[in-house]
Amino acid sequence: MKDLTFGTILAVFEEIFGKGLFWGMVVVAVLVTLAYLYVLIRDRSISWRKFLLAQLSMPLGAVAAVWFVLRMTHSHLSNIGGPVDVILLLGIAVAGAIGLAILVYTLQSLVVRPRIESD
Amino acid sequence: MTESPFKPSRRGFLTLAAGAGALAAAGTAERAQAQTATKAKIVIIGAGAGGTALANRLVRRLDGARITLVDPRADHLYQPGLSLVAAGLKPSGYVVSKTVDWLPRGVTLVPEAAAGIDPETRTVTTTGGTSLSYDFLVVAPGLVLDHDAIEGFSLDMVGENGIGALYAGPQYAAATWKAAQRFTETGGLGIFTRPATEMKCAGAPLKHTFLIDDIARTSGTRGKAQFLYAAPQGSLFGVPIVAEKVRMLFGDRGIDTAMQHTLKSIDAGAKRATFADATGADVQMEYDYIHVIPPQRAPEVIRQSGLSWADKWTDQGWVECDMASLRHLRFDNIWALGDVAGVPKGKTAASVKWQVPVVEDGLIAAIEDRETVEAYNGYTSCPMITRVGRAMLVEFDYNNNLVPSFPGVIAPLEELWISWLMKEVALKATYNAMLRGRA
Repeated sequence: MKDLTFGTILAVFEEIFGKGLFWGMVVVAVLVTLAYLYVLIRDRSISWRKFLLAQLSMPLGAVAAVWFVLRMTHSHLSNIGGPVDVILLLGIAVAGAIGLAILVYTLQSLVVRPRIESD
Repeated sequence: MTESPFKPSRRGFLTLAAGAGALAAAGTAERAQAQTATKAKIVIIGAGAGGTALANRLVRRLDGARITLVDPRADHLYQPGLSLVAAGLKPSGYVVSKTVDWLPRGVTLVPEAAAGIDPETRTVTTTGGTSLSYDFLVVAPGLVLDHDAIEGFSLDMVGENGIGALYAGPQYAAATWKAAQRFTETGGLGIFTRPATEMKCAGAPLKHTFLIDDIARTSGTRGKAQFLYAAPQGSLFGVPIVAEKVRMLFGDRGIDTAMQHTLKSIDAGAKRATFADATGADVQMEYDYIHVIPPQRAPEVIRQSGLSWADKWTDQGWVECDMASLRHLRFDNIWALGDVAGVPKGKTAASVKWQVPVVEDGLIAAIEDRETVEAYNGYTSCPMITRVGRAMLVEFDYNNNLVPSFPGVIAPLEELWISWLMKEVALKATYNAMLRGRA
């Protein structure tokens, strides 16, 4: 591959998903991340109760992400052929897990009003 | 406490958001390049992968140039996708788009075929009678599939009587799958051929063999089928280290070979193919499925115009050009690009991706009266599919060296899922980005 620059990677992703969908997904990801940072700063602490549910959702996110990628690419788990494949598969699973955990935590924080803590 | 805890946090939050926005904007900003002012008339014969990508890059680099593309084909074909269509993995529409959709504003498309090139008077004439004079000419018409060279074969046979021919276009690739699928159900002898001439993507005949083998395995019918790979060459691939790997994979999959066998004719009714062996003697084989790849040559207009090599590939007519600069050896205002170029490697879309910047810089250097700084090293890439879900990312140069793009991460001769993902997901996107001159 010649000149694998950041611009090339963006162009490739635009072509994979289409310009609208790709940038839409980027905007959604940025918004969810910002909302997550917002509730962290607003609440000034992590709510371990919400974090527990977020953690419980992680395996679901991991499985869903792997299933989605395998399904979209005519692949099976038996196609894993080398270390880089395992790393990639784990990467997809981790991304799905963290993504869903952040989403679940943020939704809980935005929907459930923070308790007013006494001094 | 009366002080609101939100004020500084909100400010911090907004700063963060603004920072993220600025970062995103910086990422999307295209690198500005200084334009060269010129009144040059540039004619590009062919609006395929090479011609289109070059046109998109030239309009960005040149100010005032008159760029004309000559190509009668309304449809643009993403040819690397034909192997997937012929294995039932993608619909035929996957490879088809409109030629005009990829062309930049500010260029002219003459939707006619080139009928004549006169390098002395610097004119191109078209089948519609248009005469175009040029200062610089880029020859990128692709190649022609010489189906008539296979006696008894014609394209209307594809899809019936166990005949496949995936190179011929999207509808033929889909018809090939029809015939191949029947073979994976009923079994028998499948013969997979390749021509004696230079050809585009020398990996494709192997990919088709591997894919149909894998599909037969998945359907549980592999035991009823016999696979034979028949080729005029002495080895399975032009790059020795890859040829050895393919030989091992063929051994593993139980695919037999008949090397130095050139397909001469087929009798569709009797399902019989005739090959010439190393001694020139006829060898007849009865098949249940045969994949035909005909000899490939430069278009007639190239061969008639005196642009071809006089002492090499005389039956094929590829353009005589320098291996590194792709500039014509006798006419210094002509470049060859893509399949038609008379260089030892490089009839793939990946090669085009590396050739386009070379021709672009060569042409602009000529306009600016300086030496070019770009050179083509023969880079050719082939995501060699070895089964549905796995491929080997094979990349090499003129010297048969492996030139992996991701050394230490993606091993070149290993069957990997990640290489399959590149072929299935990222390749068409990269190709499209290339067409737009952005990769």
